Amino acid sequence: MPGREILKIDNLSVAFRTEAGLRPAVNGVSLSLVSGEILGLVGESGSGKTILSLAAMGLLPQNAVVTSGRVEFAGADLLTARPDVLRKLRGKRISMIFQDPMASLDPVFRCGDQIVEAILLHERMTRRQARERALELLQKVGIADPARCLRSYPHELSGGQCQRVMIAMAVACKPDVIIADEPTTALDVTVQKQVLNLLRGLNREIGAAILLITHDLGVIYEVADRVAVIYHGDLMEEAATADLFAAPCSDYTKALIASMPSASAPQSRLPVITRDGSGMISSAAEDRPAAKPKPAINGASEPLLHIRDLTKSYWVRENALATPRAFRAVDNVSLAIPPRSTLGLVGESGCGKSTLSRLVMRLIEPDDGAIEFDGRNLISLGREEMRAARRDMALVFQNPYGSLNPRQTVTDLVAAPIDIHQGGRDREAAVAKLMDAVGLPRNAMKRYPHEFSGGQRQRIVIARALALKPRLLICDEAVSALDVSVQAQVLNLLQDLQDEFDLTYLFISHDMSVVRHVSDMIAVMQKGRIVEAGPAGEVFDNPKAEYTRTLLSAVPKIGNADPIALEAH
Amino acid sequence: MKTFLPFRHPLVLVSLLVVTTVLGIALVGPVIAPHDPLAINQNAVNQASSTQYLLGTDEFGRDILSRLLVGIRPTIMVAVISTLIAAVGGTAFGIIGAYSRPVMAFFVMRAVDIMLSFPAILLALLAVGFWRSGIASLSVVIGIIFIPQFARVAQSATLQVIRQEFVEAEHAMGARYLRVVFKAILPNILSPLVVQGTLTIAAAILLESGLSFLGLGIVPPEPSWGQMIGTARGYLNQNPMYVVWPSVCLAFTVLAINILGDALRDHLDPRLREN
Repeated sequence: MPGREILKIDNLSVAFRTEAGLRPAVNGVSLSLVSGEILGLVGESGSGKTILSLAAMGLLPQNAVVTSGRVEFAGADLLTARPDVLRKLRGKRISMIFQDPMASLDPVFRCGDQIVEAILLHERMTRRQARERALELLQKVGIADPARCLRSYPHELSGGQCQRVMIAMAVACKPDVIIADEPTTALDVTVQKQVLNLLRGLNREIGAAILLITHDLGVIYEVADRVAVIYHGDLMEEAATADLFAAPCSDYTKALIASMPSASAPQSRLPVITRDGSGMISSAAEDRPAAKPKPAINGASEPLLHIRDLTKSYWVRENALATPRAFRAVDNVSLAIPPRSTLGLVGESGCGKSTLSRLVMRLIEPDDGAIEFDGRNLISLGREEMRAARRDMALVFQNPYGSLNPRQTVTDLVAAPIDIHQGGRDREAAVAKLMDAVGLPRNAMKRYPHEFSGGQRQRIVIARALALKPRLLICDEAVSALDVSVQAQVLNLLQDLQDEFDLTYLFISHDMSVVRHVSDMIAVMQKGRIVEAGPAGEVFDNPKAEYTRTLLSAVPKIGNADPIALEAH
Repeated sequence: MKTFLPFRHPLVLVSLLVVTTVLGIALVGPVIAPHDPLAINQNAVNQASSTQYLLGTDEFGRDILSRLLVGIRPTIMVAVISTLIAAVGGTAFGIIGAYSRPVMAFFVMRAVDIMLSFPAILLALLAVGFWRSGIASLSVVIGIIFIPQFARVAQSATLQVIRQEFVEAEHAMGARYLRVVFKAILPNILSPLVVQGTLTIAAAILLESGLSFLGLGIVPPEPSWGQMIGTARGYLNQNPMYVVWPSVCLAFTVLAINILGDALRDHLDPRLREN
């Protein structure tokens, strides 16, 4: 019965009550969800996509006000429906899958009990029958050992398995509509692929319409039938997936697609979304200031950082009674980074790439191996010598919200390395210069981190890392927490800074397209080992290791995202 | 230009007034007291309010108002000094217990556990045996008694803070131990400590009355609030207002301190600070 309209959002406007009056979050958005289809809703953080999905569930927060419009489902307006009506609909006819599967399952109940609970709330059946149904569902969502999974607590399962349990709960009562809010954002690419396939399969099988909310255009391209693009609470465009990617109509969509690293040539400057005074959105890729020629990377040039046979094991035990065994987080890793080049390190979560970055900084002591930095073995250094050696290397963290002390002003934050190593000499002047270098206004110096957006915070982190003109910058998932358009700005900044300060990067990421964009050399890591390393183009175009091929094929790609084709529009 | 914080919040302003009044009276209390707080009047025992005795009299016919006014000074001094001792000592123990080498942390936290299991009365008796009774010894004993609670709060807060990336960032920059403690940890564990501090002030005032019983600190007939509440409990039938007056004074002072503590906490946190 395709074509039946199930959920209809009609001219919906939502605003938040603030002290300064109403702040609009969603402006007059109309969408309709047809049975059996997957509608992708794309937008960056703060665009109002989550608010829209909450409105569709009747779950708007207390301080949100609906200023106009209605959400029609099964003949009722969900915005004005009574709580008991909503309760009957939720879970039974509309269900939701959340972003972080680990956080949305209750940690103190077994997974099986949680699914059974969801079934018993809406269906008249015995606990035993519900349990059988749960077992069936877990089989259906592709869990290898459903009986064991029923008995497990959420923390005993992996992120992908937890998300499967969540999906099983969501489809337990054969709902008409499933709202999936960033269902794969917290998962690895290979797991993401499995979960997306599962969602699409279930969509075919039970015929539920899925509203898939995501910031990742690749995910949309892979699974959605239709796409709606939302920006600052306004619906920019709605089209069939193939049409949208082939010929985006709105400027914002064009700019958004263009700012994806996979849409541009590697190491080129990424177009950035700009909005001029009249609200016109455009995608601008200003030319890079003439880049200094890179020194040729050949075997003869002495590497700045040379890691040899680095090993770190942790003692882990399966349960409290088991004998502990060694888990090799980093296993015999050897890498060399020539000066003024970028080594990209890719791998999935838990592969040991973050441990490796901490080992290089000696924040964790390695068991074995050597870390040669500029000809000196860092491992042989004493406490004070190592402290002094930290001047030359800096770490940029993944989470710009966690890596800045909320109690310090930007000046204090950025000047921290100067305070530590130079007793705070000329800190104000140095910070002012750094603010210019990373493109932040000077009046930001007196403010606190919470007053900045994610991208701006990451600029503060980068400014701090550059304070003492280090030679090596380790970027641990430095852009993973950022929106595509902000990510493009930060990647551009990193490239400019490499030219300006002759930096060497160890760029760690799980995102293949980002790594491809920035790296000269790429190393692929799996279970603590480097399975493949080589020049970026070679690794991507002609992968040798089986694992690299698996990773590459799992990345959601936009088929015809050819930069030339895009520019033609 | 920002207006001074209390003037934007009436509650904070009132609290500030209460605390200043209390502190002012602590200074001039003996001068403005209408009667001699120690003068016994056998003809006016356990009286209700009258024009002669505004708040009535106690079991010896002493003027309650005068005893309240004079009793502020020792009460406040004991409360503030002991809270400071507990806060400084407990926070230091707590931070060391969470952020130092595991062996060191283990011994510090076990020492805190031993203090926690040590009966307050026994500690007080020990102090009485070795020390001259007075406000100083009383404050030290009460301070030590409250150290473990501060240490526990500081330790759990520190454990949360050091897991955050900005502490790792400090390490990566080569920061020394004390810099990490004072720049990264201390400012971020301040909120629970301020709350614990305001609670401790109130608890210290009440504990003081119990310990005065053992002859430590403010020895009767010298008045103090805690001691007055303790004694008045025995005369609830004869003069119910006897227990009410010191309790009301104590409650309002503690409430005012609590509100000021919260305002201070909000003011210290840039995320909650209003611009």
